[in-house]
Amino acid sequence: MPLNNELVQRYKARFGEAIREAWIDRKQAILVVAPEQLLEIAQFSRDDEKFDMLSDLTAVDWPKREKRFDLVLILYSFAKNERLRLKALLGEGEPVTTVEGVWPTANWLERECYDMFGIVFAGHSNLKRLLLPEEWQGFPLRKDYDILQQDEAWVRENLGIESGQ
Amino acid sequence: MPPSDIRGSNVETTVLGADEIILNMGPQHPSTHGVLRVKLFLDGEKVVKSECVIGYLHRGVEKIAEHRSYQQFAPYVDRMDYVAAVSNGLGYCEAVEKLMGVEAPPRARVIRTILTEMQRIASHLFWLGTHALDIGALTPLFYCLREREEILKIFEKYCGARLTTHAFRIGGLQYEAYDELEKDVERFCQGFDKRVDEYEALLTQNRIWVGRTKGIGIISAADAIAMGVTGPVLRASGVEWDLRKAAPYAAYDQYKFKIPTEKTGDTYDRYLVRMEEMRQSRLICLQAIENIPAGPILGKVGKVLKPPPGEVYHAIEAPKGELGYYIVSDGTTQPYRVRIRPPSLINLEALDQMIRGHLVADVVAIIGTLDIVLGEVDR
Repeated sequence: MPLNNELVQRYKARFGEAIREAWIDRKQAILVVAPEQLLEIAQFSRDDEKFDMLSDLTAVDWPKREKRFDLVLILYSFAKNERLRLKALLGEGEPVTTVEGVWPTANWLERECYDMFGIVFAGHSNLKRLLLPEEWQGFPLRKDYDILQQDEAWVRENLGIESGQ
Repeated sequence: MPPSDIRGSNVETTVLGADEIILNMGPQHPSTHGVLRVKLFLDGEKVVKSECVIGYLHRGVEKIAEHRSYQQFAPYVDRMDYVAAVSNGLGYCEAVEKLMGVEAPPRARVIRTILTEMQRIASHLFWLGTHALDIGALTPLFYCLREREEILKIFEKYCGARLTTHAFRIGGLQYEAYDELEKDVERFCQGFDKRVDEYEALLTQNRIWVGRTKGIGIISAADAIAMGVTGPVLRASGVEWDLRKAAPYAAYDQYKFKIPTEKTGDTYDRYLVRMEEMRQSRLICLQAIENIPAGPILGKVGKVLKPPPGEVYHAIEAPKGELGYYIVSDGTTQPYRVRIRPPSLINLEALDQMIRGHLVADVVAIIGTLDIVLGEVDR
C-alpha cells in the first residue's frame, strides 16, 4: 500500500526525486531511495528525524532484476519509538557510499554485507570479509551461489576428481 | 642477510614499535566463551586497540533458510544462541506469524511468555556463573547451574529437550502444557528470590568483585546507541529501553514489571541490571501462571505455509538484546531470504571501544559482561 504520511512528506520535501517510492507493508514504513544520495538521507534520518539507531543493515538478491540488490537499512528511533526501513536498489558491482560515519555500527554490518553479497561500500574504513576466511571465493548469499559449489571446487582441486554429490 | 624459511624464500618480517606487542587471545581461550579470537595491540599490559576475528562457528544459517520450508527452518534458530534457544524460537515463530498475518491464540501466548522468561533467567544464570568464574569467583557457578538445572528440567518435561528445545511452532504451540507446569514454575519462583539474594551476598559487596568490575569497560549511553548496542548492556548505560515494553509481543502487555537501569555503564552496573532482570522475570512468571487462559494452543495455520509475498522485520527482547528477524517471502513455501539480527554480534562490535586503555585481565571481564554467545555471533 502506498504511504504518504507526514514523515514521507518531510523526506520528499527535502530530497524530492531521490525518494523513489514509499509504501506500508504490515504496518511497517518502507522508503526506496536513490543510492547516490543514501549518505545524505542517512544523515537526515539520524539528525532531523531522530532515527538514532541502525538496527540492521543487510541485502536481498534478486538476480533477475536489472538492479539485482536491495540494500536494506532498518532504523529505529528511541524518541519516537518507531522503525523505518530504507531501501536502495543496486546493480552488480555498483558501489554505494558507506554510512559508517552516521552510525558506527554499520562498520561490521557493511563488512558482513560485502562478505555475503559482494556489495562494495565506498569509503569504508576496513572493507574485508567478516565471517568467512579471506581466501573464500564468491559471495554465498547471492542466489546464483550454489551451496555445493565450494565443496565441488575443493574436491576437484585436491582430489582431482569430480564430486559425487 | 634476511632470515629464510625451510623452502628458502624470504620470510616476511614485521617490525614492531619498541613498546607495542601483538597478542592473540583465542580462538581457544576459556574466557572467550566459544571460539573468538581477539588480536590485542598492547603497550605493556595496556590495550591500545584490538581487532576481533570471528566466523569460526559460521554455518551459513541464513543460506540454509533459503533451502528449507518455513517449518523446517525453525529448529535451526535454536542453534544460534544455544543457551537461550526458547527466545530464538519465539522470535522466529512470531516473525513468520506476522508475515502471514495470523496470531497465536491467547493460551499459547501466555505459555510462550512463561517459557521465554524462564529461559531469560536460565541465560542470565549461565552468564553470571561463567562471568564470575572468569573473574576468579568459582563458587557462584555451582549455585547458578543448580538453579538453571531446575529450569532445564521444566523444559525437558514440557518438550523433551533441554537446550535446543524447538518449543514453539508457527501459529502457537505443538504441545499442550503438562499438568504440573504451573506448579513447577511456581515452586521454582518461590525459592528463586532467596537464591538471587544468595548470589548477591557472594558478589555485590565483595571487594574483589567490586574492584574487578567497577569502572571497567564503561560505555556511555550515546556511544551505546551509536554502536547499536541493545539489551542489558544498553540499560546499564542508563537508557530505559526494553522491547517488551516498547513494542510488546507475546503476552507482555498483560503483566507488570520494571525495566532495571543503571547510570555509569560499567561492568558492575551491567551485573546489577542482569540481577534485577532475573527478579523481574520471576515476577512475570508468577503473574502469568496465575491465569493461563483456556482454549486452543495452535492458531489457524495450514500444514503448508505459503505467506503472501512481502517482507517483515520482527524483533524481540532476547536475554542478550534485540534479536531481529527480517524475512522476505516470494509467496512460495520457502523463505526467499531470512536475515537474523543477532544481538551478540552487534554488542561484540563495541568491544574494541570498551577495552581500550584497560589491562589484559580486564578484557576477560569485559568479554564476559557483554554476554556473547559465539554460535549467535557467527551463525
